[in-house]
Amino acid sequence: MIRLENLTKVFETPGGTIVAADHIDMEVPEGEICILLGPSGCGKTTTLKMINRIIPPTSGKVFIGGKDTTTYDTVTLRRNMGYVIQQIGLFPNMTVEENICVVPRLLGWDGARAKRRAAELLEMMALDSAVFLKRYPKELSGGQQQRVGVARALAADPPVMLMDEPFGAVDPINREIIQDEFLKMQEKLRKTIMFVSHDIDEAVKMGDKVAIFRAGKLEQFDSPDNVLAHPANSFIADFVGGDRTLKRLRLVKVSEAMNPNAPCVRAEDSLEKAASLMAEHDQEYMVMVGPRGRARGVVYLSVAREKRGTCGEHHFGLKATVNVREDLRTAVSLMFSHDVAWLACVDEEGFFKGYITQRGITHLLGATYRDVAEGSAA
Amino acid sequence: METLVFIYENIGMILELTWRHIYLVGIAVGLAVITGVPIGIAITQNRRLADAVLYTASIIITIPSIALFGIMMPLLAPFGYGIGAVPAVIAVLLYSQLPIIRNTYVAINNVDPALREAARGMGMTSLQRLRTVEIPLAVPVIMAGVRTAVVLNIGVMAIAAYIGAGGLGTLISRGISQTDPRQLIAGALAVSILAIIADYVLLWIQHRLTPPGIKV
Amino acid sequence: MVTVHSLNRLLLFSGVFLLGIWAHASGIIDELLFYWGDIVFLSQQHIVLTAISGGLAILIGVPLGVWLSRPKMRRYSESMMQALNVGTTIPTLAVLALSMSWLGIGVIPAIFALWVASLLPIVRNTYTGLTSVPGYLKEAANGMGMRPLQILWQVELPNALFVIFAGIRTALAINVGTVPLAFLIGGGGLGELIFSGIDLNMPGMMLAGAIPTALLAILVDFMMGLLAYGLIPRGVNPLR
Repeated sequence: MIRLENLTKVFETPGGTIVAADHIDMEVPEGEICILLGPSGCGKTTTLKMINRIIPPTSGKVFIGGKDTTTYDTVTLRRNMGYVIQQIGLFPNMTVEENICVVPRLLGWDGARAKRRAAELLEMMALDSAVFLKRYPKELSGGQQQRVGVARALAADPPVMLMDEPFGAVDPINREIIQDEFLKMQEKLRKTIMFVSHDIDEAVKMGDKVAIFRAGKLEQFDSPDNVLAHPANSFIADFVGGDRTLKRLRLVKVSEAMNPNAPCVRAEDSLEKAASLMAEHDQEYMVMVGPRGRARGVVYLSVAREKRGTCGEHHFGLKATVNVREDLRTAVSLMFSHDVAWLACVDEEGFFKGYITQRGITHLLGATYRDVAEGSAA
Repeated sequence: METLVFIYENIGMILELTWRHIYLVGIAVGLAVITGVPIGIAITQNRRLADAVLYTASIIITIPSIALFGIMMPLLAPFGYGIGAVPAVIAVLLYSQLPIIRNTYVAINNVDPALREAARGMGMTSLQRLRTVEIPLAVPVIMAGVRTAVVLNIGVMAIAAYIGAGGLGTLISRGISQTDPRQLIAGALAVSILAIIADYVLLWIQHRLTPPGIKV
Repeated sequence: MVTVHSLNRLLLFSGVFLLGIWAHASGIIDELLFYWGDIVFLSQQHIVLTAISGGLAILIGVPLGVWLSRPKMRRYSESMMQALNVGTTIPTLAVLALSMSWLGIGVIPAIFALWVASLLPIVRNTYTGLTSVPGYLKEAANGMGMRPLQILWQVELPNALFVIFAGIRTALAINVGTVPLAFLIGGGGLGELIFSGIDLNMPGMMLAGAIPTALLAILVDFMMGLLAYGLIPRGVNPLR
C-alpha cells in the first residue's frame, strides 16, 4: 500500500553534506502499522516527512496504492493523509469540533456532515461529544488533547496515516491506555499507518512491522518477533535490549502456548484415578474442576499416591490462574510471583481450558531459533 | 538649512531649555519611584488591593495629558500653583505611577517560588528575603518601568510648556504661534532626540543594574 | 473576581459622587453647561479624527505587520522593528509639529500625524504576535494540507489576535490622547476649549474641554476592553 523506493534525503550544511536518509526501500501492506524505529537523528522522522513532502526528497519515489505520489499536487496529497505530530498541534483558537472538521472543510464537506463526523469520532475516542465538542484545547488534559489529535487525523477517513511520536507528550500511564485504545480502533478501521517511535516497547506492542533505522540507513525491516528473535546486527541487538527474549513474551498469547491437552479430574473422582491420569500425562499435578467445568483446585501426585479417598477431600487451592487471552509476560510474571512452574488457564468465566508450563513457553520461543538452525543446516 | 543655522545661533538657549526639561522630568520620575516602588511592594501582600490600585493607575494614565493639566490647574490655582512647573511635575508623577507600580508588583510577584522557599528554609525573615533576594532580582524590571515612565513623560513635559512649565515644548509652541518653522523643527527634533537618548541611556543603566547571573 | 469588581464599582461610584458634590458646590456644572454646544460639536470632531486616523492605522498597520512577519522578510524585519521602536519614543507633540512643518495646518496634517503615531504600536504588535505563534502549529497545518494563505487566516492570525488587539488598544489610547493637541495645528477637537481656556485664564472653559476629553479617552479604552472580550475566541484569550 505504501512503498518507498530508493528514497533519499541529502542536506547541504556549512559543516558538510549530511545524508539524512539513504536509499530507503520498504513496503507496508494495506491495513498494517509499520513502526519506524531508531535513536535520535537516525532518519526515521525525515523518512516519514518525505512521504507527505513536508521534507522534499532529494531522490527516490513514494508510491501509495501503486501510484507515484509526485503525480499528486502536494496539498491534495496531504489532505488525503492523516498527520499526527508529537506536540499534538491542536489549534488553540478553534474548538475541538472546529479542529476535527478542518480537513473535511478543506475538502469541501458541508457543515452538517462534518459536524456529524466530529461527534462520531469523539465517541470512537471514548470522549463524550456533548461535553467535548465545544471545548477549547487549553481546557483539555494532555491525554484528551492527544485523543482529539488522532480524531482530527481520522476526520476525512484517509486510507493512510503518518504519526510522528504521537503519544510522546503523554505520561506513561495514559500512554498505555491510549495505545490500547488505538489498537482496538485499528482492528476496526484497518488504516495503513507509518508510525515513528524511539521506544522499542511501543514498537513491539503497536507494530505489525518494524523498520529499524540507523544513521540514515534502514537496518532491518521485519515483524517485531523476528526483530527481537533475530536482530540483523549487534547494533539492533543492543538497541532492542538484552532482555529482548522477554520482550517477545508480550507478542504471544497464553492460548497459543497452552498445552492442547487439558486433562482434569472432578471432585467425586477417586485419588487412584487422579494418580493414573497424572502418570499417563506425565504430570505431577492435576486440576480439579467443578460440575460445570470451572477450575476449583489442584491434586498433587504425592498426595494421590499416599492417601485414599476422593479428589474433593484431598485437593489444594489453586495459587493462581491465567486468562487464555493474556500474553505470556503476564503468565510468566504470575509463575514467578507464586513460585510455580505451571498455571491453570481459564477463560472469562473461569472454565478450565488447559495448562501452561515454563518448559512449554521456552520451547515455543525457541522454535524460531531451531527453524533457523535447521534452515542453515539444510 | 535655516533650522540648523537657528540651532547653531541659539544653542545656549536650547541647551538651557533641554536642561530644564530633563530637570523637571527627572524630579517628577524620581518622586514617582519613591512613592511607586513602596506601593508596588505593599500591594504584593493583597491581591484585591493590587487589582484596585493597578486599575486606578491605569485609568489615570488613560487620561490625555492636556486634559489632566486642564483638570489640575483649577484645582491648584487657589494655592497659587495653577501654572508652571508644579502642575507639570504632579501630572508626570501621576502618570509614572502605573509603569513603576505595575513593574514593581509584577517583578516581586514573579520571583520564582522556589527561590522564596529556599530563602525561608535558610531562616531569612520576610524583610531579609525582600532585601537580599526579591529586590535585587526585581531591580531590572523596575528599571524598565522607570524607562517607560521617563520616555512617556518627556512627551508629557513637552506639552506642559503650554501651561508655563518651560522646557523644549516652548520652542514648539512658539514655532506654531509665530509660524516659525525653524523653532518648530528645532524643538521637535530636540525633544525627539532627547527621548531616544534617554531611552538608550536608561537601557544601559538597566543592564548595568542587572545581576550578572541573570543577564540575558 | 466578583468582589474585586464590586470594590472597583464602589470606589468609582463614591468618587463620582464626591466629584459631583464638589462640582456643584463650586458652580462648575453651570459653567460646563454653558459650553455644552461646543462640547458636543468638538467631541464629534474628536471622534471623527480618531476614527479616520485610527481606522487608517489599522487598515495599513495590520497588513504591514503581517508582511513583515513572513519568512521571506525576516532578514529585514528585525532592523525595521528596531527603527519602529525608536519611532515610538518620539513624543506625539513632536510628531504633530513635524507634520505641520511638512504639510501645513489643518485637518489633513492632523490626521497624518495621528495616523503615524497610531501606526507604530499596531505594526509592532502584529509582527510580534504573529512571530510568537508556535512553529509546530504551522507545521501541523501544513501537514494537513492547508495552503499558506489558509494557514495565515485560520491559524496564525487567530492565535496572534490577542496581542494584535492589545496593540490596537494602545494605539487608540495614544490617538485619543493626542487629538486634543491637534487643535494646535488646526485640526479641531476638544483641545480648542482646553488651550483657549489656558490662554484666556478661564478655568471653566478649560474644564469644559478637559473633562469630556478625559471621559472620552476612558470610554474608548473601556469599549476596547469589552470588544477584546467579545471578539477574541475563548481558546486564545489568556484572560479567560
